[in-house]
Amino acid sequence: MKILVCVTSVPDTTTKIAFTDNNTKLNKAGVTFITGPYDDYALARAVELKEKTGASITVLNVGEADSEPVIRKCLAIGADDAIRVNAEPTDAYFVAEQIAAIAQKTNYDLILMGRESIDYNGGQVHGIVGEMLDIPSISPVMQLDLDGDTAKITREIEGGKESLEAKLPLVLGCQEPIAEWKIPNMRGIMTARTKPLTVVEPTGTDKLTTVASYELPAPRGAVKMIPADQAETLIQLLHTEAKII
Amino acid sequence: MSVLIFAELDEGKIKKSSQEAIFYGAKVAEMTGTSATAIIVGAADDSELSSAGRFGATKVLHAADAKLTEPNGMAYATVVAAAAQQEGSKVIVLAKSSLADAMTARLAGKLKAGLAANVIELPDLSNGFRVKSSIYTGKAFAYNDLKADVKILAIKKNTITPEEKDASAPVEAFTPALSEGDFVISVKSTEKSSGDILLPEADLVVSAGRGLKGPENWGIVEDLAKALHAATACSKPVSDLDWRPHSEHVGQTGLKISPNLYIACGISGAIQHLAGVNSSKVIVVINKDPEAPFFKSADYGIVGDVFDVIPRLTKAVKAL
Repeated sequence: MKILVCVTSVPDTTTKIAFTDNNTKLNKAGVTFITGPYDDYALARAVELKEKTGASITVLNVGEADSEPVIRKCLAIGADDAIRVNAEPTDAYFVAEQIAAIAQKTNYDLILMGRESIDYNGGQVHGIVGEMLDIPSISPVMQLDLDGDTAKITREIEGGKESLEAKLPLVLGCQEPIAEWKIPNMRGIMTARTKPLTVVEPTGTDKLTTVASYELPAPRGAVKMIPADQAETLIQLLHTEAKII
Repeated sequence: MSVLIFAELDEGKIKKSSQEAIFYGAKVAEMTGTSATAIIVGAADDSELSSAGRFGATKVLHAADAKLTEPNGMAYATVVAAAAQQEGSKVIVLAKSSLADAMTARLAGKLKAGLAANVIELPDLSNGFRVKSSIYTGKAFAYNDLKADVKILAIKKNTITPEEKDASAPVEAFTPALSEGDFVISVKSTEKSSGDILLPEADLVVSAGRGLKGPENWGIVEDLAKALHAATACSKPVSDLDWRPHSEHVGQTGLKISPNLYIACGISGAIQHLAGVNSSKVIVVINKDPEAPFFKSADYGIVGDVFDVIPRLTKAVKAL
């Protein structure tokens, strides 16, 4: 059983986003980068499957050199080796192409990743990879169990969930509660230092989309406070002032 | 050369978010001097299908193959790709949803399309093809240049307010070739709360957090939602504690919503929660703690006990 887990290196969820260079670059000063929270779920499930069935886990990151701490942490959590495609991950098709190129060299049974990256929130890479490799893609996956070469999957849909079955190989976009996040232990951290991390250059197409500039949302106006003993006023204001009910 | 809009059905009716997508697509068609064609997959009656005309579509392609009755991202992508080819469409518009997300990615792969997700404005065509999208979970925006021959725009709710006109679009049956490969994922069962307003589609949302103290107290939240015809939502701790289903969780790692009104009851407003709701037009915060950070991001606030305030709001709504 071979599992490829694709991870992103993204600003911590508590980051106050700011831009620099005339709003063309993220201001990375003081920003802590973490493994994408959804990717963390994918990795945690992969490690559980490894513990159960003896799978091997390769971590793949499309990113620049500054994402290596995140990759090392994934190795510390239980991945066996890692590949970094040396490129800025800014276009879904481009990133998918890099993943598909790596996947074509090795027959992975499962390609897992988060349902979306928390920077661009596209949520498309898994599906494009599936299309490129001509294998099924499913997202967002909340539960994954294997029965031989059949995957039993629970996927979230609007207002509920559905149970699915499909044969491996598969590409899955993962989210909670597929597994509990794992924290690396000291032994994991020590062994991660010597696990192989290969850096390869990107292949394929030019990016199909580029970002010209960024912008922050306009601040909201001042909050209008309503005394609790006049709570009914709120409904009147929503009706006559905001005109939304 | 028409702009193609994928309009999604829910129980035989065009979803509200898809009506918005049709209107958006018709506007793009106007800007580019072409027409707007809607592709609708699954079972629906003719009057519903032709109602796409009310929002600006001048033609509807209807793929009604019985195999397509159940939503299926892979098969739907095959259908929409075939429709795009037939119509020579270079721009494809759709509303973000669980089905649309699964479909869009496969479609982008098939057509080698430049894809912008969470689009929030009409494109700027003055210099190439530029669209504004929401990124960093609503904390920022990006202006994206789409350079591929085919462009896919997945729009976020409340991007544009559709204007209806008295028109109906002619419906053409569309029967593209489907392959076995499109049906390799089998759906074993579906659990869906029926009759409720779907949270991602809702114009009004009443949400509650740990301040409600336990799942047994959700009755007052549901009563207010019912009176307003709103959907209910919850914070991450509430879904983690299993007080409410995960499909109601809004925030950084849950649903990102952009309704007209978001009422937060007993939610302190951590930055991760705000990320999922800060695109809402109007935010109301009810919390007993005057220092709750959520008040800083609200339009209206009440410092008070949710168990006292919520029932009084319900009563006031009923009296409107």
